[in-house]
Amino acid sequence: MDQSSLGGHYLEKYNEELETLRLRVLNMGALVEQQVANAVKALATADTALADEVIQEDVRVNSLEVVIDEHCSEILARHQPAASDLRFILAIIKTITDLERIGDQAEKVARMALHLAEKDRPRNQYNDVKALGDKVTQLVHNAVDAFARLDVDTAVATAREDINVDRDYEAVMRQHITFMMEDPRTISRALDVVWAIRALERVGDHARNMCEYVIYLVKGKDVRHISLDEMERIARGEDVKDKNAE
Amino acid sequence: MDATMTQTDNNAPASSHGIASSLFENPNAKRLRLSDERIALEVENLNLFYGEEQALKNISLRLAANRVTAFIGPSGCGKSTLLRCFNRMNDLVDSCSIEGAIRLEGKDIYDRKVDVAELRRRVGMVFQKPNPFPKTIYENVAYGLRLQGVRNRKVLDEVVERSLRGAALWDEVKDRLNQNAFGLSGGQQQRLVIARAIAIEPDVILLDEPASALDPISTAKIEELIYELKEDYTILIVTHNMQQAARVSDYTAYMYLGEMVEYGDTMTLFTNPSKKATEDYITGRYG
Repeated sequence: MDQSSLGGHYLEKYNEELETLRLRVLNMGALVEQQVANAVKALATADTALADEVIQEDVRVNSLEVVIDEHCSEILARHQPAASDLRFILAIIKTITDLERIGDQAEKVARMALHLAEKDRPRNQYNDVKALGDKVTQLVHNAVDAFARLDVDTAVATAREDINVDRDYEAVMRQHITFMMEDPRTISRALDVVWAIRALERVGDHARNMCEYVIYLVKGKDVRHISLDEMERIARGEDVKDKNAE
Repeated sequence: MDATMTQTDNNAPASSHGIASSLFENPNAKRLRLSDERIALEVENLNLFYGEEQALKNISLRLAANRVTAFIGPSGCGKSTLLRCFNRMNDLVDSCSIEGAIRLEGKDIYDRKVDVAELRRRVGMVFQKPNPFPKTIYENVAYGLRLQGVRNRKVLDEVVERSLRGAALWDEVKDRLNQNAFGLSGGQQQRLVIARAIAIEPDVILLDEPASALDPISTAKIEELIYELKEDYTILIVTHNMQQAARVSDYTAYMYLGEMVEYGDTMTLFTNPSKKATEDYITGRYG
């Protein structure tokens, strides 16, 4: 399946429905990406107004999830999609669950931003959290982009990048444990930071999930719970296609 | 999908938690393979012409016994023509000529020594429009046996009941076996015709659009019947209803302009077909 293959049905209405659905998912993706970016920015710059905005906007993320789910069930009921169309709907149903959860994590980061804004700022001005947050935001961007362009290469590269996010998360975590041991007065602040980076790390996991759905959608192969190398082989079409019949 | 399957199998906590281990089985593990099947019918390099017009082009395929194989494709693709080859119905068309071979249980059905009447006993056929004979319900089902010379009333009674039960019609007609078959509804007539087909215990049943003239409930009954019939018979079905093919069949063949485009297990064909032409057809796209 390539990008151009979404349309082309005899039923023009069906083409329109699928395109509208796709645009809705892209909209939700863009909104969620912005939520993560804003939450990180709010934390790094102690911008409480921005943090409040992120918390309020999560309602919109949630309602988009409901709307898209409804739209998917309507298409399933009316058109009984098959093959790539079926995978498209299934991939979307799963994708928006992850997008909604990314939204929740962004809200968590925003709440931590509110807590931290009331406290003394560390010497590094949360540069480490900002760096992790930027990387994660980019991950979300790339995952949505991979979906938009049905691009398995981007999907695989993005899934791979999640490993770096995990590594950075552990480094920031270790650093804050050290802070806490050195000076117990920082514990309260450090715990807030730990909550925030934990949320960011989870965002990376959800982005990786979305990449897996893109590969499923394009290649028709389930690549969950397998190694990245195996995922890459499948994405490149190098796996042995099992032939059930001649 | 396959990778997940392996993982799931390895990690399945199964019975230790009191959960049936079958719940952990990946449906993919159950995907059918022709190589595991007993082959009932084999088509080899089949070419069929109506006069100058070639309707089937070099078709080769093997059909699994006790499975439902669906033939799908746009009108004029040759699927009904192919189906009619299996009991030599095309012999009745003057301009029709056939090359290649079809083997039923290893024997070429186009061999000159083959008794066509006997072939049609072994390969029964049901058409789109129910075609009961203008006789009683009982006589419709008993017809084939009477032709074979069976006179014993007890034997006939038994076969009629067994066939009507087999066609899921017995309960609806047991009290009016001596009424004219035309009094039945369309769906009942179609099941009666199926009962008539199975009364003579064929090996293969050919269904040509068996439910296209029926309402959804009658259609569901026919489909339910197909699930049951494959226990005892090899079933080939031609249908324009793609969802029906997806629901009832184990294997699906997609034909286009007299050629076999793709043939494989139904699950794969409907979720991840390997040919773009198949994909376009089952998703309703112009290629």
